[in-house]
Amino acid sequence: MSLIYFSLLLLMSGFAYVLARGRAAEGARGATFHSRPAYHGLLAGAIVALPMFAVFAIGSFLTGFAAERQALAALDPALVADPLRRGAALRQIADLAAGRPVAGDLSALTAAVETWRSVRQIAIAAIYALGLASGVAGLLFALRRIAPDFKARNRFERLVSIFLMLCAGIAVLTTVGIVFSVVFETFRFFQRVSPVEFLTGTHWSPQTAIRADQGGSSGAFGIVPLLTGTLLISTIAMLVAGPIGLFAAIYMAEYASPRFRAIAKPVLEILAGIPTVVLGFFAALTIAPLIRVTGQALGLDVASESALAAGLVMGMMIIPFVSSLSDDVITAVPQSLRDGSLGLGATKSETIKRVILPAALPGIVSAFMLAISRAVGETMIVVMAAGLAANLTFNPLDAVTTFTVQIKTILVGDQEFDSAKTLAAFALGFVLFFFTLTLNVIALAIIRKYREQYD
Amino acid sequence: MNETANPPATPETSEGPRAKITARNVNVHYGDKHALKDVSVDVPEKGVMAFIGPSGCGKSTFLRCINRMNDTIPICRVTGDLRMDGRDIYEPGLDPVLLRARVGMVFQKPNPFPKSIYENVAYGPRLHGLARDRTELDEIVLGALKKASLFDEVKDRLKDSGTSLSGGQQQRLCIARAIAVRPEVILMDEPCSALDPIATAKIEELIDELRSNFTIVIVTHSMQQAARVSQRTAFFHLGKLIEDGVTDQIFMNPRQELTRNYITGRFG
Repeated sequence: MSLIYFSLLLLMSGFAYVLARGRAAEGARGATFHSRPAYHGLLAGAIVALPMFAVFAIGSFLTGFAAERQALAALDPALVADPLRRGAALRQIADLAAGRPVAGDLSALTAAVETWRSVRQIAIAAIYALGLASGVAGLLFALRRIAPDFKARNRFERLVSIFLMLCAGIAVLTTVGIVFSVVFETFRFFQRVSPVEFLTGTHWSPQTAIRADQGGSSGAFGIVPLLTGTLLISTIAMLVAGPIGLFAAIYMAEYASPRFRAIAKPVLEILAGIPTVVLGFFAALTIAPLIRVTGQALGLDVASESALAAGLVMGMMIIPFVSSLSDDVITAVPQSLRDGSLGLGATKSETIKRVILPAALPGIVSAFMLAISRAVGETMIVVMAAGLAANLTFNPLDAVTTFTVQIKTILVGDQEFDSAKTLAAFALGFVLFFFTLTLNVIALAIIRKYREQYD
Repeated sequence: MNETANPPATPETSEGPRAKITARNVNVHYGDKHALKDVSVDVPEKGVMAFIGPSGCGKSTFLRCINRMNDTIPICRVTGDLRMDGRDIYEPGLDPVLLRARVGMVFQKPNPFPKSIYENVAYGPRLHGLARDRTELDEIVLGALKKASLFDEVKDRLKDSGTSLSGGQQQRLCIARAIAVRPEVILMDEPCSALDPIATAKIEELIDELRSNFTIVIVTHSMQQAARVSQRTAFFHLGKLIEDGVTDQIFMNPRQELTRNYITGRFG
């Protein structure tokens, strides 16, 4: 039904465009028009499309609402009083009305299904009627306004800017919404488990808290082991990606021939495009056994899942981040600074060390920050290669776990959404979010400072 | 340049002081483009020589041959004989890095490093180990700033960023930076083209003061500037050196028709 409605909407809107443009073009032969005919057309199209769309959006919402209300009125009041059974009944009614097969005894629902159907039919007819009427009204209204001094261009551009603003608003509102939902659930978690215990406890074992009476008293919600695990793996990753990425960037930006650059850059970007789950089984099946075998040869006790394996592969994952962002900032250092340094008798490497890197340093630092926040937020590699054991250790050969892995572990499978265990996932998410947000804010502040230098 | 067998490009050279830089049949190609054609010219020691000519005439290209800055452009090829103090600038054994310590350069757009004013000037001396300790370095830096007539304006804020100065001050900082390495030759590639008239006047004054100690080669678009600051002038056109000589003679009484047309503003 919506497909037909929207085809109709497009058709009428297009018709309005052609008609209004034609009118304006015709009129422009006799008089000087403020706006070019196309703008009159575009405005007319918008004046037709917008009310029709509004009728559809509001109408659909009201239809669902009214159908549900009427159908419930036709049901047994005892059934309506129980929220679980009411929900199930509504789903069955919708399925029956749509002709999908439904199992079970449905005789009690027949009357409700009938009501549901008839309400919807009436409502849909009303939407079509209202929609068409508003479209035609819009068209007539738009055609009447075509005049030499009518500022159709300004009006249309105003509409476009409102549309753009709405899109930006949706992005912002989504962010705000997610933050609020996480904050709200975190707050609920802290009603059960004290924040002090959460932030300073050294034992993490949410599984013991499935039963409500064990909740906070079990002491199982200390995030310190997760924090050390996250830091350990991220540190290993940055030890790999930092130097390799930076040196690769210096080579690419300053020394590599254009031909090498043309090949190497895309290849690096492919590395950035490898799904982390693929890197994860690479870590678990190739790197981790390699480390274990090497460790055993050296007489070391290595867990089969180790922070080192996860950290190394995560480092590989973020090399392209560091190198590509650093390459950009190094290339952005003005050629005039290179010339100035070379002109004073500096060699190429002296120029890079003393002028280019210091000038690019803020950008490089922020590239590192963004890479770290990527590493901290990474899940799949750690799940596969570092294990789930919340060990409080700084030994890279032990199994450790991270915030992200614990969130995933807690929320996989069926969960009730009011236990401390499940809510802990939101609290962890909040900590993680706070962490990466801080890193990003610092990175952006540094970038902004850096920009001011050359403008 | 006493032992050269080639005759001087123009008779006037013999009147002036000893030639610091001599070019004989210098050609420059950028890929397929023949940018500089058989240029032969003498740059006398101590004094200012101006290169003038319309855009794309090769004057900057020639300037950048003298300190081998063209080496940084992969497709650029320089042939011919270019000597400083009789030594071939392009001989294989010569390290361009050492050459550039003797031949300083000031660029069209002021390009101070994003470091403090002090560090900008100390950059070259540090590179070449010209100072044994901090006191010596201070001496070199402050001396260079004084010679560049910048010291009085920045003495209270040597720690401020070099990029915080005004355009004219930045350019004088770049000149101070070049002087601090104690070069013999200073190349200036349109040093005033990004500056306002007052800043330009200060730079011109400075160039005039520096000429007793340095050999200065300046590329300029402004004929008035060439007339004001230089003692010798060379006129380039379409990659060729058309005429060179004493500045007054070039401007008052050019030998070539092309030079006269350019100077009187008939093209360019």
